[in-house]
Amino acid sequence: MKKVYRIEADCANCANLAEEEAKKTKGVINAAVNFLEQKMEIEFEDNADIKSIMKEVLKNCKKIEDDFEIYI
Amino acid sequence: MNKKQKKMLIRIIIAGLMLIGLHFLSMHGIIRFSAYMVSYLIIGYDILRKAFNGIRNFRVFDESLLMAVATIGAVALAIYNEADGNSGDYVEAVAVMLFYQIGEFFQGLAVGKSRKNIADLMAIRPDYANIESNGEIKKVNPSEVKAGDIIIVSAGEKVPLDGIIIEGTSSLNTSALTGESAPRYVSINDEVISGSVNINGLLKIRVTKSFGESTVSKILELVENASSRKSKSEDFITKFARVYTPFVVISAIVLAVVPPISEMLLLKQPVLWTTWIYRALTFLVISCPCALVISIPLSFFAGIGGASRAGILIKGSIFLETLSKVRTVVFDKTGTLTKGVFEVNAVHHNKTDESKLLEYAALAEGLSSHPIALSLRKAYKKPIDISRIKDVQEISGNGVIAKVDDIEIMAGNEKLMKNNNIEYIKCHSTGTIIHIAINKEYMGHIVISDVIKPESEEAVKRLKKSGIKNIIMLTGDLKSVAKDVAYRLKIDKYYAELLPNEKTEKLEEILNDKNVTAFVGDGINDAPVLSRADIGIAMGNSGSDAAIEAADVVLMDDNPLKISKAVNISKKCLRIVKQNIYFALGIKFICLVLGATGIANMWLAVFADVGVMIICIFNSFRTLLVSKS
Repeated sequence: MKKVYRIEADCANCANLAEEEAKKTKGVINAAVNFLEQKMEIEFEDNADIKSIMKEVLKNCKKIEDDFEIYI
Repeated sequence: MNKKQKKMLIRIIIAGLMLIGLHFLSMHGIIRFSAYMVSYLIIGYDILRKAFNGIRNFRVFDESLLMAVATIGAVALAIYNEADGNSGDYVEAVAVMLFYQIGEFFQGLAVGKSRKNIADLMAIRPDYANIESNGEIKKVNPSEVKAGDIIIVSAGEKVPLDGIIIEGTSSLNTSALTGESAPRYVSINDEVISGSVNINGLLKIRVTKSFGESTVSKILELVENASSRKSKSEDFITKFARVYTPFVVISAIVLAVVPPISEMLLLKQPVLWTTWIYRALTFLVISCPCALVISIPLSFFAGIGGASRAGILIKGSIFLETLSKVRTVVFDKTGTLTKGVFEVNAVHHNKTDESKLLEYAALAEGLSSHPIALSLRKAYKKPIDISRIKDVQEISGNGVIAKVDDIEIMAGNEKLMKNNNIEYIKCHSTGTIIHIAINKEYMGHIVISDVIKPESEEAVKRLKKSGIKNIIMLTGDLKSVAKDVAYRLKIDKYYAELLPNEKTEKLEEILNDKNVTAFVGDGINDAPVLSRADIGIAMGNSGSDAAIEAADVVLMDDNPLKISKAVNISKKCLRIVKQNIYFALGIKFICLVLGATGIANMWLAVFADVGVMIICIFNSFRTLLVSKS
């Protein structure tokens, strides 16, 4: 299942790094961050608990830049 | 400007003013040091915090960390100088941080601006549809409406779904879809596409496509996914960024350690640690590849945005890149260079008034459903008064004989004239010829043919001017027709009487020449050819859904002039991308050399970083400017 989230990222390089982090999160099949449109598309595994996965994704992305924000 | 940016602007102003003020105040020692440190913290506290987080997460090539190391290093050197008895230069550290933040600030503004442009484009998304059921009007989500439902669009509202008008007349603004600013007049039985805005009348529309299939959804999907198909230039930059920063950082370490040690060992001189450390710190300031990482995708993004405002949808940066290299353009004739609808083109040798002749022809054919009859009635423009028509005989393969106002009218081909022993004048035009006789007397003939679009000749001319070497036309039509069109449009080469699969074969042959080739089609039967070409350009309005899906570029208003425009936009975009790459890398390389030899100080380094970035961003903005003509 795919879902698109609005994000807030300040720098282009960080957005790319955050994409890598999101991909590594458990339960996420694929992630794509679009810095210019400030959007993030996440593909979840089937029957995944989206809420807790997104919490984890946000935590991982904040490691890159602590003012990185995902509007869940 | 959002809240974050406003806060940053205030910090920039305070730190800037403090820096100027401190320059004129004479302070010494610890007071002077603390004053500068206050301004340093005001402008840089978030960078320091991010740098600290970078260390905690083991990210050594973090941009903030590098800036923090460089500026703290500069402060440390200044303290060291101060301890030596000279007055230390704290200005540099604060200024570097200040300029870095100014750069980030402008970057944020620029990105926000381009995002807004795309958001404006997205404003075509309809929020609701007014559906009519059992005499009641309900507001529903457009995705709940099914094909066949009746919707109502009042003045000022967006048409939410594609459909056919069943009641009302109005003018529609389609500029968001086609780039065409003149309103389009519509009335009953006209097709309307979603995303256009109803300017004045009230329209009742029977929906023909569900929301997911509607034009507006297709366009949004295209634009939203456009930047995910990355060009080669973008890939290059991503890969380059991955090696560039580590390379510069390692060079900085080498620069700080190797020259002083070798000086000490080889020349037995006292070690100038401060000089070399300063030069190494200068390196760190230049280490961010930001100018490239941000400006290259931004150029493509702006190029795609600018093109879509002109009614040209480009499905990805990669296609913008390919488009700029096109050397051969292959046209499908019908629907691209010609309108694809048969129209009365001329009336020849008429012995009576031209409109009278048309009127008789249209009435004689008034009851027929033959395409020729339709074109005649369309040219006549007025409704057909059936009571004027009597005794109609349709003679298959010949034409029609009928009485109009009790006058015998014959309308048909040469055979009809011959069979009735009427002398006629042979026509030299290409197309279908309708000879007319009134009371068995020859009155002239009407030429019906596929009409060349008024813009086609200019389109071919402009393509040649844009550096397209070969222009080729493919058609399933007769050789005589193809020859005529090619001659009139000054097309170098044409292949006629091709079956759909032969079109693909012909294109394969053309592709063998190794020129980058674009194929332009209206989509009837040519989806395979569109996807086979290096770049497929489809006519969006008349084109089929399959063609639009297979194509890489879609022209929303079917205007062939837009092809040369798309080529020019892509060339401009790629030129700007190249300028940015050469400019940014050139300046950075020069600054690295100057920094290593001690000619450049940190001031120049910070220019190499943020100055270049801002110039590149402004340069990439130029791609958004697309002339209207």
